[in-house]
Parts: sequence; structure tokens; C-alpha cells
Amino acid sequence: MLSIRDLSVGVEGKTILRHLNLEVRAGEVHAVMGPNGSGKSTLAQALAGHPAYTVTGGQVTYLGRDLLAMPPEERARAGVFLAFQYPIEIAGVSNAAFLKAAINEMRAARGLQELDAMEVLELLDQKLALVEMDRSFLNRPVNEGFSGGEKKRNEILQMAVLEPTLAILDETDSGLDIDALKIVAQGVNRLRRADNAIILVTHYQRILQYVEPDHVHVLFDGRIVKSAGKALALELEGRGYDWIKDEVAA
Amino acid sequence: MTTALAGTDRYLAEFEDLERRDAAATPAWLSELRRSAMARFVERGFPTTRDEDWRYTNLAPLAATPFHAARSVTSAPVSAEHVHRIGSSAWPRLVFVDGRYAPEHLSGPPLPDGARLSSLAEAMLDGEELVERHLARHARWDTDVFAALSTAFVQDGAFLYVPAETVIAAPIELVFLTGRPDGLAHPRILVVAGPHSRVTVVERHVGLTDAACFVNAVTEMAVAPGASVDHYVVQEQGASAFHLATIHAALERDSAFSTCEATFGARLARTTLTVRFGGEGGRASLAGLYVTSGRQHVDHHVTVDHAVPRCTSRQLYKGVLDGTARAVFDGRVIVRPDAQKTDAAQTNKHLLLSDGVEVDSKPRLEIFADDVKCTHGAAEGQLAPEAIFYLRSRGVDEPKARQLLTLGFVREVIDRITVEPIRSYLDRALEARLGPERGSKENS
Repeated sequence: MLSIRDLSVGVEGKTILRHLNLEVRAGEVHAVMGPNGSGKSTLAQALAGHPAYTVTGGQVTYLGRDLLAMPPEERARAGVFLAFQYPIEIAGVSNAAFLKAAINEMRAARGLQELDAMEVLELLDQKLALVEMDRSFLNRPVNEGFSGGEKKRNEILQMAVLEPTLAILDETDSGLDIDALKIVAQGVNRLRRADNAIILVTHYQRILQYVEPDHVHVLFDGRIVKSAGKALALELEGRGYDWIKDEVAA
Repeated sequence: MTTALAGTDRYLAEFEDLERRDAAATPAWLSELRRSAMARFVERGFPTTRDEDWRYTNLAPLAATPFHAARSVTSAPVSAEHVHRIGSSAWPRLVFVDGRYAPEHLSGPPLPDGARLSSLAEAMLDGEELVERHLARHARWDTDVFAALSTAFVQDGAFLYVPAETVIAAPIELVFLTGRPDGLAHPRILVVAGPHSRVTVVERHVGLTDAACFVNAVTEMAVAPGASVDHYVVQEQGASAFHLATIHAALERDSAFSTCEATFGARLARTTLTVRFGGEGGRASLAGLYVTSGRQHVDHHVTVDHAVPRCTSRQLYKGVLDGTARAVFDGRVIVRPDAQKTDAAQTNKHLLLSDGVEVDSKPRLEIFADDVKCTHGAAEGQLAPEAIFYLRSRGVDEPKARQLLTLGFVREVIDRITVEPIRSYLDRALEARLGPERGSKENS
């Protein structure tokens, strides 16, 4: 589904990702772990197409298409979804209006008829339950005045509504208390299907207790330096990242 | 200066002509008033940018253009769409074409007993005592040139009287249509709200064409003790219009006044809004949104005069500027020495959609009392790139993302509107004006 080859990315003239390689197949959950500053968020943002991140080398193929040639909205319409580490607050735009716009832009891109306000509301009602949010969330401005946990749940709500083929969750677990983490993890698990894939970008092993990964990768200094099964996450939890650094240095 | 003099000369000639034609039908008090106002206008002339209140708004093109008032009631083709754009047929409504009352469009249910909604010409002809008592007694024609010009030419307009303890539930809509090339219109509104009465007045200015015209609107509202007046203005003049509006609300004890103004049209739009608290316990909520593009110039001069203690005023003005548009905001809050316990707040924000726009926003707090709460804030900004990316990452393309965010910027003002048809109309109008196609249309 996703094939990242030799990807190098810089921001503000500084190289962050260096010749990164990653293969993701349908039905898989990949955890990308690593210490602060290793390039985890850069990978997530670059895949979503953030204009501040400049690709300086390599290729990314998504469902046979050149992902890097697509503007962000086209990536989204093709099924790529980024759950933001820091969801953006938008004054004056209700969650409902935001989701309606997203739903209908996606539908239009797929040649489907737009949903009207009532139809959107019906759809949203089904999805709200998944992240244990009530309807009042829909009338509030996007993320404005939301608690940290509410913001993350709102990201998962959007994911549930947009039903992505490839979801990239950028530190969705950070800053969540255990109850919120469980809700988020449960939401992610319910959205897991044989024909989609999830990349979980995280600093901690904690969320992986609830969302079981097929593969765990360690990102260090802009490169994936170690890949293994889910046991690697536990090892990182126990031993920290220093031994990886030592291994790389050796 | 030469152009300004030439400008007033033309108006003087028109004035003399009006006096000759109208002499027989004009009561003495009105002749006297008109003459004094005309003398004042001629004496002052058109303001120039050397005048502090007009420093950022150049009226030379207005002064140089020979505009002419309609001699008689024009029968310009007026479509139902223009008349019923916002309110339902259940709203009491008066329609004016080029400043003159067009009775064929009268609609709406009868008003409660004792209330009066009629053309100003008719009210004056009837010898309506309230007109003599209130007309030009609030708007300061002695200091405001355009209030003077309007008063000199006052002939027609809308008169509304709401008796004491009377509630008029349906909004009263006053529609002013303008379209004659080089036309000059003086829409005039006088609202007298009796003690503990309640009324909503919707003032709409619609340009039927994009021809150059000059609309000099003056609205006076006398709000008696305990009364409540909600006032709305929707300005959709043509692209070459000059729209000058003077709005004055005189608030007595424990009265409430709100105004919300949506400015879309005209090449030059200026609103001079004055709220004067004449009795304790008054409340005023003033709001405005303006959406400008091309070379439009929008100027708001708002004065809130806290002349007495314990009054509350709120100002919220938000402008969206595109192209090479220019916005001027001057918000003056006067708290006079006796006006203790004044609570005044003012906010003015601009969203700049292009690099070519210019904003002059100036709060002026003149506080002479010590036990008061006065705040003000002004901000200018662009759409946040992070917010645009957030929307794009959800499949919304950039033009649509910009539209949504811009609508979000003005939402705060829309949310203050309690009359649902006005809200939904402005939602639609804003969506159309801020549509993704807007850029390409403007360039063609």
C-alpha cells in the first residue's frame, strides 16, 4: 500500500529524515517509535504533505501513485489521514461545518453526491459514539477550548468519519490520561480493517498495549535503525533508547 | 478646495430649486430647519483629508461628481427579489426608490394600535407632531456635514413610532433601492420608540445597478426610558456607489439599543455612528462586519458618549479585506466626568486576504471619570497557514479552506444576530461573496 524509499526531508533548510525506508501493507499496523527529535513528526507531516517540509530525495508510492506529487487535499481524498499531534483550533467554524465540508469534498472527489446537513448529522451521530463524544461537540468551534483529550478524540472522530485507507497517528497518545487513551485506542481498533493500514507514531509503548502493532520500527536521527515485531516495543519501554543509540554508533 | 466649492455650489442650486418647487407644501419649521442646515453645509463644504474625522477618507471624487436628486417618484423596475431578499411578506415594509417612497410595494400586517409606520413625507404632510419634535434633533447637523446635507434636502424617508408599552414582534424592514446613474438620494429614517416599547428595524440599501450614485442616509432613533430597539443595516450598493450613513441613537434611562451593520457594497462606504446615553442604566451593543475587495474603501466612525453613569456599551467590528481595499475604523468612547460605573468595551479586528490592503484602526478612549471599566482591542491578521493545511489534510482544497476560515472570522458578528432570516441571509451572502470562485471573478 505504502512504499517509502530513500526518503530525505528537510525543514527550514535543516535535514531531518535521511534516506528513510518503510513498507506498509494493507491490514497492517506499524508503530514508529523513537526519542524526541528523531524525525517522527517530520515523517508524519511529510506523508500528509505539509508545505513546510521539503522533500529533498527519495520516493513514496501509495496505492501505485506518486504520493509526493499530490497536494495535501488529494492525498486526503485518496485515503491518507493524519491525526495531528497538535490539532489546530479554528475560531468560528463549528465541528459540524468542518466535518460536513470534509465529507462533501471527499465525496465530490469520488463522484458521489453531496450529503445535506441532515444526512451529515445522521452519519456523525453513528461515529460520535465510537469516541464517546456527544452531539454538543459538533456545535463547538473546531478544537477551540477543547481539552487535550477532547482534541485527540476529535481527531479519531474525523478518522472514523473519513474512513481512511492509510491513517497516520502522530503521538495521538501523548498527553492522554488512561481513560482517554483507552477511548482513543478502542476507536482506532474498531477502525482497523483488512483493507486499511495504520502508522502509529509514538514516543511511548503505552498505547501499544491497546493497539497491537504488527511491526515496530525505531527511528533515530532521521533513519529507521531497527525493525521487529511487537516485542521490540516492550524492550524499548524497559531499556529506553540509549542502547539503540549505542548500537547505531557501533 | 476648488472642487469642494464647486461641489457645494451645485447642491446650493439644487436646494434653491427644491425650495421654489416645495414652498407651498412645506411647514415653516421645516423650511427654517432646511435653510439652517443648508447654510451649515455651504459654510463647511465637503470635508477634506485635513479634517481629522476624514483624514483617511478622501471625498474629492464625491465632491467632483455632479449628482442629481430624483425630481419625482421614479418608477424604476423593482423586482420582488430585491424587495423580499431577506424578510418574509409578514414583515411590515416600506420601499423607497432613489430616496422616494414607492407605495406600490407596501406590505405586511397591520401594526398595533397607536403605532405608525409611514413615509416621512406623509407624516410631515399630516402635521405629525413627533416628526417636528425629533427630526434632525438627534443627528448633529451642526457639526456633521452630511447630516446637514440630508437635513437641507429632507423630503421623504421612513417614519416609525412605537407607542409606550407596545411590542412590535415582526421586524420592520425599510428597503432603499438606488440605481439611477449620477443619482443622489437622501434616505432618512426617524424612529421614535415610546417608553418600554420594543421594536426591530431592518435598514437595507440595495444598488440596482453599478452606476455611480451618491446615497446620503441618515437614521435617527429616539429610544425612550425602558424601550428596546434592535437595528440592522445591510448595505449592498453597486460597485460605483458612494454610500454615506449617519446613524444616531439617543438612549434614555434603562433603554437598550443594538445595531448590527453588514457592509458589502459601494466604492466608498462611510458610517458615522453615534450613540448617546442620556439616562442611567442604558445598554448599547454595536456590531459591524464588512467584506471588501477590489478598490473598495470602508470607513466606520463610531462614537459612544457615556454622558451619564451606569451605562454599558459593547463594540465588535470585524472587516475582511481583499484586493487593494482599505478600511478605516475610528472608535471613540467618551466617558464624561459624571459617568461613573461606565462599562465600555471595544473590539476591532481585520482579516487581510491580500498584501495590497490597508487598515487604519484607531481606538480613542476619552475617560474623565475614575470608577469605570473600559477595554479596547484591535488586531490585524492573515489566515493561519496551519489552519489551511489542517483543512487541506481533510480533503478540502485551498480556496474552499480559505472561504471556511474567512467565514469563521466573521462568525462572531453573525452570532450576535437574533433575527433568524437576517442571519441566514448574511450566511448565504457571505458564502457567495467569499466563494472559492471569487478570486477569478475579480480578475476578469
